[in-house]
Amino acid sequence: MEHRPLKAETDTREHLVVIGNGMAGCRAVEELLARDRTRYRVTIFGAEPRVNYNRIMLSPVLAGEKSFDDIVINDADWYASNGISLIAGDPVIAIDRAAKTVTTRGGISESYHKLLIATGSDPFIIPVPGKDLPGVVAFRDMDDVGTMLSAAEKGGNAVVIGGGLLGLEAAHGLSLRGMRVTVIHLMPTLMERQLDEAAGWLLKQALEARGQTILTGADTAEIVGDGKVEGVRLKDGTLIPADLVVMAVGIRPSTALARDAGLAVGRGVQVDDHMVTSDPDILAVGECVEHDGQVYGLVAPLWDMCRSLADGLVEKPSGYRGSVTSTKLKVSGIDVFSAGDFSGGDGCEDIVLRDAARGIYKRVVLKHDRIVGAVLYGDTADGSWYFDLLKKQDDVSGLRDVLIFGQAFASGGGQADPKAAVAALSDDAEICGCNGISKGQVISCIAKGAHSLDAVRGTCKASASCGSCTGLVETLLALTLGDDVQSGPKTMCKCTSFGHDDVRREIVAQNMRSIPEVMQKLHWATPDGCSSCRPALNYYLLCALPGEYVDDQQSRFVNERLHANIQKDGTYSVVPRMWGGLTNPKELRAIADVVEKYNAPMVKVTGGQRLDIFGIKKEDLPAVWADLNAAGMVSGHAYGKALRTVKTCVGSEWCRFGTQDSTGLGVKIERMSWGSWMPHKFKIAVSGCPRNCAEATIKDFGVVCVDSGYELHVGGNGGIHVRATDLLCKVATKQEALDYCAAFIQLYREEARYLERTAPWIERVGLDYVKARLLDDSAGREALRARFLYSQSFSQDDPWAQRAGGAEAEHHAPMARFIPQEALA
Amino acid sequence: MTTAAEWLDIGWVDQIPVRGSRTVQVAGGDDIAVFRTADGKIFALLDRCPHKHGRLSQGIVHGGAVACPLHNWRISLSTGEALGEDKGCTPTVPVKVDGGRVLICRASTLKAAA
Repeated sequence: MEHRPLKAETDTREHLVVIGNGMAGCRAVEELLARDRTRYRVTIFGAEPRVNYNRIMLSPVLAGEKSFDDIVINDADWYASNGISLIAGDPVIAIDRAAKTVTTRGGISESYHKLLIATGSDPFIIPVPGKDLPGVVAFRDMDDVGTMLSAAEKGGNAVVIGGGLLGLEAAHGLSLRGMRVTVIHLMPTLMERQLDEAAGWLLKQALEARGQTILTGADTAEIVGDGKVEGVRLKDGTLIPADLVVMAVGIRPSTALARDAGLAVGRGVQVDDHMVTSDPDILAVGECVEHDGQVYGLVAPLWDMCRSLADGLVEKPSGYRGSVTSTKLKVSGIDVFSAGDFSGGDGCEDIVLRDAARGIYKRVVLKHDRIVGAVLYGDTADGSWYFDLLKKQDDVSGLRDVLIFGQAFASGGGQADPKAAVAALSDDAEICGCNGISKGQVISCIAKGAHSLDAVRGTCKASASCGSCTGLVETLLALTLGDDVQSGPKTMCKCTSFGHDDVRREIVAQNMRSIPEVMQKLHWATPDGCSSCRPALNYYLLCALPGEYVDDQQSRFVNERLHANIQKDGTYSVVPRMWGGLTNPKELRAIADVVEKYNAPMVKVTGGQRLDIFGIKKEDLPAVWADLNAAGMVSGHAYGKALRTVKTCVGSEWCRFGTQDSTGLGVKIERMSWGSWMPHKFKIAVSGCPRNCAEATIKDFGVVCVDSGYELHVGGNGGIHVRATDLLCKVATKQEALDYCAAFIQLYREEARYLERTAPWIERVGLDYVKARLLDDSAGREALRARFLYSQSFSQDDPWAQRAGGAEAEHHAPMARFIPQEALA
Repeated sequence: MTTAAEWLDIGWVDQIPVRGSRTVQVAGGDDIAVFRTADGKIFALLDRCPHKHGRLSQGIVHGGAVACPLHNWRISLSTGEALGEDKGCTPTVPVKVDGGRVLICRASTLKAAA
């Protein structure tokens, strides 16, 4: 760009100098010209050597959907015809407020009456080794796009650091240009500032389906390469090859000029409602400013700011009051929209619509009958309608029932009553898309006696698959039967219309692999579930995918998260495992030492033949475990929905009545089954004779030894409802006792509902069913046993040893300690 | 304007697990529990359920609430009020995030210690 001559001598108008030829600076000038074409003489300085272009359209340029010429906002003619001097490619490096001049790197000095700072923001470069290697670029301006395009011509691997809006758009563009793209994102879900977990998960699925590799929860350690970029190493040691690295982790307001000039700067250049800085002759606008504590990185607030700024410049002040922002991801074929505050909280209600078949997730957050936030995935057509309702703060109570279906449905007059809409459907209208069931078929099924949702699902299969038509089926039940509708199956919790069995069946049938996936595919009504369903889902996935599923610690009850039992005062009790109830001097000494070392106020012998150490502080747990591990002891799982203990009597080795080696068998059973996660706690006992001193007939699995072999008993419980076991069978050898035990445990693990003990489970399914599976079907029994042992190969890793070794230390240590000055004084 | 001394810098946002919490120990008083929700919001409460004083920091965080580990009371993270049928309130501590650092209100923390 040539430098136009400056005409200060001949022009006596007030001189407005703009630092920044970007979207904010030029828009501010446009707004000013629209109000008063002649009042100011305008000079614009730009750091980039080109005219004003639409920076947010760099993504489509990278993706090849647009050219640079397409995204130019103001061409050279605009500057000329409005008498604006443009000095491009020569950045301003200093402001002299006393002399009221600015100076460029090239030495040009210009005086001003009013100065507008519109320097925008700088990409944030994470300070890792290798950040300055050739081949590492940001994604901020046309030069960056040029670098990326020339790298893409050679093909190869690209790594994008940052899974936010900018990073994903860069990844999309590079992927379209033929590079193999890996996105590294520090947070657990993509675009976490704009999307909730459910939408973030859908987005990840969609991007992976397009061939990108998405690594979430991944922290960059360094960029490696000799003379140029060759790869990115993560903190976990993984090395990802890279010919190009794009840093898109965020932006920072560009405030250096203002700061050097002594203006008030916080996170951005601080301005009042009229975009005036701490110097009344200096204004600032756009991404470089901080208004009322807020900084913005999106385009919409910038338009609002420019209007207020121009109003102020022509002395008709209007005042900027901050902006509510919305976001759309510009990745063609993937529609994502978010606006406002979707964090929920008090007084907030969520309306959620999920359509798994079409990959749609919509969530509108209401507070006091007004929309405060919205997240849309897959179908964003109504984004602007929700955003409009949000900005206007319209009362939506009248629309509430139909709000989630969008503007077209909500404004459809008589159709706005969902019940009337369903009643108006013709008999051959499809209700259940998964199973191809029409309205007429559902009604005839109801007429034949299916008077509950469960009965309908059981007979004509409507709503039995993805569940998205549950509301329609319920409406049909209500329309057909009025008050005679029977309440449906007990659902897992209020987050879903499905019961436990349905959820488990679908997890396996659809090969679901994560909690967000289950919630999406089964149309969860809440964004991230509740304290009832999350632990259940975590267990079901763990059981279905041994060795593959990554346990979600935040979906575990505290005891299972801290591997100890929480007590009413917030301390924990610790129970080391004593195989079959046997111990020795070394273990007893270690326990005694722990009790003294950590001032445990109580030690108690438990009902399951173990020692329970009480009053241990959360912070001390890893050290306690390290001491117990050193004596050879592992976690006793007294805290878990897991195998608790195998209780034994002394048996034939010592007892004059003993018929078999009950302690030896007990130890073997415990060695086989410890560490397994189950629907609920699980207790085993082995008694050496029918006198049954180990109380095996009130355990989940009990062995009573007799002269001729081993009686196996199942489904006992000594709790609130005492239930004696049912006799399953009698076997001749120890090995058979072990095999049946493994098969029984696995059947319980796979088929009982979460938090259902064996006693109510057997009463529900019947002893005959259990016998059919374990006795009549020997191949099935063998398969169950094999699945249990396979699963156990992943679970017999002492969690105490992992924690004592430093794993997941954040569960134990406080984040900070605070000692008030007052306390010290 | 608030001065730096009115806020206590307790660490990085990333130190708090998503859908989880960490504690701040306060000499001579109850801990403060600092929560991070699925959508990245940070909240701070006294680490004490209004019911039987359970450690809320050890509960399951879901939506904008935490379920107390002792008896499953659900406590709103933003107001500290018990949700549903239960009645009671846990004091909240003003919290803010600045440049990735978590800051809690010094005065409220002192009150918690008293």
